[in-house]
Amino acid sequence: MDIFSWLNDQLLKMEWLSNLIHLLVEDIFHISVDEKLGGSIHFFIYDTIKIFILMSVLIFIISFIQSYFPPERTKRLLGGIKGIKGHILGALLGTITPFCSCSSIPIFIGFTTAGLPLGVTFSFLISSPMVDLASFLLLTSFFGVKIAAVYVIVGLILAVIGGMIIDKLKLEHHIESFVMNSGSTEDDIDRLTYNERIGYAIDEVKAIFKKVWYAILIGVGIGALIHNWIPQSVIETVIGEDNPLAVLIATVIGIPIYADIFGTLPIAEALFGKGVQVGTILAFMMSVTALSLPSLIMLSKVIKPKLLTLFIAIITIGIIIIGYTFNALDFLF
Amino acid sequence: MTIKVLGPGCAKCKQLEKNVQVAVKELNQDITVEKVTDFQEIAQYGVMSTPALVVNEEVKVTGKVLKPDEIKQLLV
Repeated sequence: MDIFSWLNDQLLKMEWLSNLIHLLVEDIFHISVDEKLGGSIHFFIYDTIKIFILMSVLIFIISFIQSYFPPERTKRLLGGIKGIKGHILGALLGTITPFCSCSSIPIFIGFTTAGLPLGVTFSFLISSPMVDLASFLLLTSFFGVKIAAVYVIVGLILAVIGGMIIDKLKLEHHIESFVMNSGSTEDDIDRLTYNERIGYAIDEVKAIFKKVWYAILIGVGIGALIHNWIPQSVIETVIGEDNPLAVLIATVIGIPIYADIFGTLPIAEALFGKGVQVGTILAFMMSVTALSLPSLIMLSKVIKPKLLTLFIAIITIGIIIIGYTFNALDFLF
Repeated sequence: MTIKVLGPGCAKCKQLEKNVQVAVKELNQDITVEKVTDFQEIAQYGVMSTPALVVNEEVKVTGKVLKPDEIKQLLV
């Protein structure tokens, strides 16, 4: 047997867990998983445990890596680099930033006062909530490595191009004036020891767990509903292959929703199981993670309405283009 | 002495504030604790990762939730 597919099936997809829950539902609850009720119970328990395990492990690893890249350091790394390289580096550094959305505004202010081009800062801001190592590994677990790689790559491309457009439009004067007059600190304040990094990673797991556990339960609940109770025909009519507006609808529904990749995945998984096209699912996940009401409200405190509107428009249009492109290339998946 | 906790109100900022209160209580000295949640004010200190601690207008720690004992060491 291929060792990699075994590792993928057991560690990332957790087939052992699926089998275990299968036994639990059939032999202890005495409900067949082929029935609606049994099927949704299986989906709910299996997905919840799987996401919680994957989330804890992934956040631990990523927070550990992240502790080497505090925003002050990111700022310095981005400092001297101009043009498209700056955007690419900005988007890449966005993948290893803190999860807490409340830190994105201080980061925005810090980057801007350090004199980083506005577009590079936006490349960073777009990629930061949307793409990271966790989303790559989680997507691999749920959908396989091909779709995961595609998600990460198009997410990064969107961040680079979005930032470049904002650069070209010269909107520097659409930042609230206080941002430019802010102070600046260096990153030599606290050098962390190895144990402190481990401690930081553990704290991060706890903090994120506390923050998102209910969102995950809601996500898995909706996923279980879609999986077993909502008729295939309803899903097909709203966001199925034959509805030309499917991507548009999926994107618009996703914009106000405030959830991270962990809560979004079970819904995406259930939609995938119902035969919804990859592009539509990518569009839904990207719009849920990249745009959310709370983060937009926070952004509105530091940038003026015109730039904010443009930011929303660029991301929305970008996501819709990505969605339709991938639906057109559906045969590849 | 004045100690300020900078943070827009995420879970970690609240935890740090709690720890500061504990530390201050245990030290039993004349220390004022202030909470700063306004982005504009946070930005003025040049802080990019919250929560952060400012002691006597000097940024001491950023992006970390210190335990009460560690806070005490900063204050003495």
